[in-house]
Amino acid sequence: MKYGLKKFATMLITILCISFLVYLAFDVIPGDAALAALGTDVEPERLAALREEMGLNRPFLERYFDWLVSFVRGDFGTSYKYKLPVADMIVSKLPVTVIMALISFAIMTVVSLPVGIYTAKHSGGRIDRVITVINQIMMSVPHFFMGIMITYVFGMVFKLFTPGGFVSYETDFAGFLSYIIFPCIAIALPKIAISVKLLRGSCIGESKKDYVRTAYSKGNNTNKVLYRHVLKNAMIPVITLWGMMLADMLVGSIVIEQVFNIPGIGRILLTSISYRDYPVVEAIIVLIAFVVVATNFCVDIIYGIIDPRINVGAE
Amino acid sequence: MKYFGKTSVGKRKKYPPNFVIGAAITGVMLLLILMSFFYTPYDITKMDSASKLAAPSLLHLMGCDNFGRDIFSRVLKGMENTFVIALLTVMIGTVGGVMIGAFTGYFGGWLDEVLMRIIDVVFAFPSILLALVFVSIFGTGRYNVVAALGVAFIPSFARIVRGEFIKYREMDYVKSAQLAGVGRLRIIFVHILPNTFTVLMSSIMIGFNNAVLAEAGMSYLGIGVQPPDASLGSMLSESQTYLFSAPWYAVFPGLMIILLVLGFSLLADGMKAR
Amino acid sequence: MLLEIKDLRIEFYDHDVPERVVHDVSFSLAEGEILGIVGESGSGKSMTAMAVAGLLKRHDVEKKGAIFFEGTELLHASRAQLRKVQGNDISIIFQEPMTSLNPVKRIGWQVEESLKIHRPDMSREERRSRAIAALSDVELPNPEQVYKKYPHELSGGMRQRVMIASAMICEPKLLIADEPTTALDVTIQLQIVKLLQRLNKEKKMAVLFISHDLSLVKRLCDRIIVMHNGDIVEQGSAQEIFENPKECYTKELIDAIPRLEKLV
Repeated sequence: MKYGLKKFATMLITILCISFLVYLAFDVIPGDAALAALGTDVEPERLAALREEMGLNRPFLERYFDWLVSFVRGDFGTSYKYKLPVADMIVSKLPVTVIMALISFAIMTVVSLPVGIYTAKHSGGRIDRVITVINQIMMSVPHFFMGIMITYVFGMVFKLFTPGGFVSYETDFAGFLSYIIFPCIAIALPKIAISVKLLRGSCIGESKKDYVRTAYSKGNNTNKVLYRHVLKNAMIPVITLWGMMLADMLVGSIVIEQVFNIPGIGRILLTSISYRDYPVVEAIIVLIAFVVVATNFCVDIIYGIIDPRINVGAE
Repeated sequence: MKYFGKTSVGKRKKYPPNFVIGAAITGVMLLLILMSFFYTPYDITKMDSASKLAAPSLLHLMGCDNFGRDIFSRVLKGMENTFVIALLTVMIGTVGGVMIGAFTGYFGGWLDEVLMRIIDVVFAFPSILLALVFVSIFGTGRYNVVAALGVAFIPSFARIVRGEFIKYREMDYVKSAQLAGVGRLRIIFVHILPNTFTVLMSSIMIGFNNAVLAEAGMSYLGIGVQPPDASLGSMLSESQTYLFSAPWYAVFPGLMIILLVLGFSLLADGMKAR
Repeated sequence: MLLEIKDLRIEFYDHDVPERVVHDVSFSLAEGEILGIVGESGSGKSMTAMAVAGLLKRHDVEKKGAIFFEGTELLHASRAQLRKVQGNDISIIFQEPMTSLNPVKRIGWQVEESLKIHRPDMSREERRSRAIAALSDVELPNPEQVYKKYPHELSGGMRQRVMIASAMICEPKLLIADEPTTALDVTIQLQIVKLLQRLNKEKKMAVLFISHDLSLVKRLCDRIIVMHNGDIVEQGSAQEIFENPKECYTKELIDAIPRLEKLV
């Protein structure tokens, strides 16, 4: 419990640090909300007046604190470009990106667990060697190129989906899923390769440890040794990797959205960057960072459950 | 002792097959990159409306793009750009990471605590996202990409080097050097740093691959190397419009990224196995 | 005879040159007897123990000869046959108490495991009470507490006691102790040896005690086998070996015992 609290505190501090750094970074760039509202060819007096009115002349820390409080309340500011509340712009798009990341993650775990265990158990065998070669190649494929290839093969040659024919989850959820599954596969495939490699290596590494010999000496067969003893230990590094991968997939979907023409968070982020629409960029980056840090927190908690040694170290 | 799976029987080979294949791929790639500095078959910006989206032929090994530019030449130049950016990125990451990791690991204390917390924060940030922040503040372009990715890579190197330094600073040979009055900097750089070489080398290779993939991703998004200069990522992005009529336009740049990364990762694996 | 080993020969093929670690070794062990095997590292004593416990790895190893346990041949038996004996009739404890227990499983679970495998009809409560009885049998204080703990919460000596408890849970006829005290402090070593002695008397369980430490072997064993480079150099009762060693290797071993102990 103490361990969980400590990790929770670390998470809060990390989030605070990130939000501070991001706010600071966007504060030092020339051009602020007043300038964005009035345009560049405005008289300095009006600009100064508006600045005063908008509270942009207050000390930095005060403004940061205000921004943070309203951010926590769900008010992410107003877009320079579209003059819309950022929250409204993001809210409908966020589910697309999150669902994509979660489906990709699910595909990765469901595929890599059995494959990793199988290749570890039969390491050195023919199937293992074939999978190792495939893995090695898969790991080198950038996921957006994988996306392009999937578009070509499944979309254009086999016509399993219409490239560019994204359907919103609000209008047709089934249609949305049947489109989104392809980008998700594109995100998942390279991650599956990495995850299989780590799991296989971790299982083999564990299998050389003394407790495995003890397990065999009690009359366990290989499957029991593998599933009851080795797997839980072997999963410890894999869980860490998976946590990082979930964050990666969230960010990776920003790129993949471009490949499959999906209007998600990534689309808004990129257009906002090119229009220098800072409130939007800021909000999206802080939000993603929140999710990433929260994921890390979950990983730490799972870690504490799996590995009893961790809990004690914190006490 | 290993109870499941097979172990390799017989003589252990001096060079594992991974290493040989990896070295071969990397060697060819490096030769092509080296060549691209001095020579490309065509001018990479020369447009030729007659050969728009031409299929691969002896004249244009990888065909032509939508402006009739020779894809092979552009792929060569793009590889060169990717390689240089990845190399610079890894250099920044390594130097920064070694400095931070060495000092925090060796001295410990409050400096270590503070720096490590910062490193954790940066580490929690996916590198592409950090690069996006950078680019949105400082603008697009290759040097901003290098700086952004370089900074993003520092934490992973710093963590690894710090771990090694913590391990070594407790060792007897370091203690005896301290007692003998060897200076701290000398202990750090002469007595400990060379021992971290193996670990550092493999993370440099992994880092290089990640840098290649990140650079490709960023130029795919249009925030890396700017047109008309060639980059593998932006070529892939352009190729998508013509994917149905000219699939080779997408295949070759993608293949080159794969080969670049594959060669290095095989080489790294092979070196570890030796 | 409980255990009879005939012309056991073990060769490894996992390096460039085949390596013969045990040469035609034969010996036997009666029910309830404590037999010690002494030798320096690399003498083949541990490999002999592993062969009896059925723990030699399956690949790259050539096994010849025979191991009879209560008349059944084990060396060339199928894995399934072997598993019926392992943990049930033959148990083993190892040199490394720190790493021989699974770090992510509770002590109770690990002690009970052999019961789950070999006595599948036993109820959960019965298993639990048996495990706690076994833990108190190996003189662990607060067995109920220990039952719920994880290996890292125990000291090396305690972990070795847990190993013994989990080896004894099915009341085996033979306990193989492969250098069980080497990794422990001297005072704990004696406690473990005394514990093994007591369990041997109470449970009528034969012990195959493998060690490089002659003084411990002398304290514990009825009979001693001296091994060197995969061969049996000498065997006989503990008294014979100590008072009248025939081979010069045995003499060297005896001379290597610290003097202080002889004075005492």
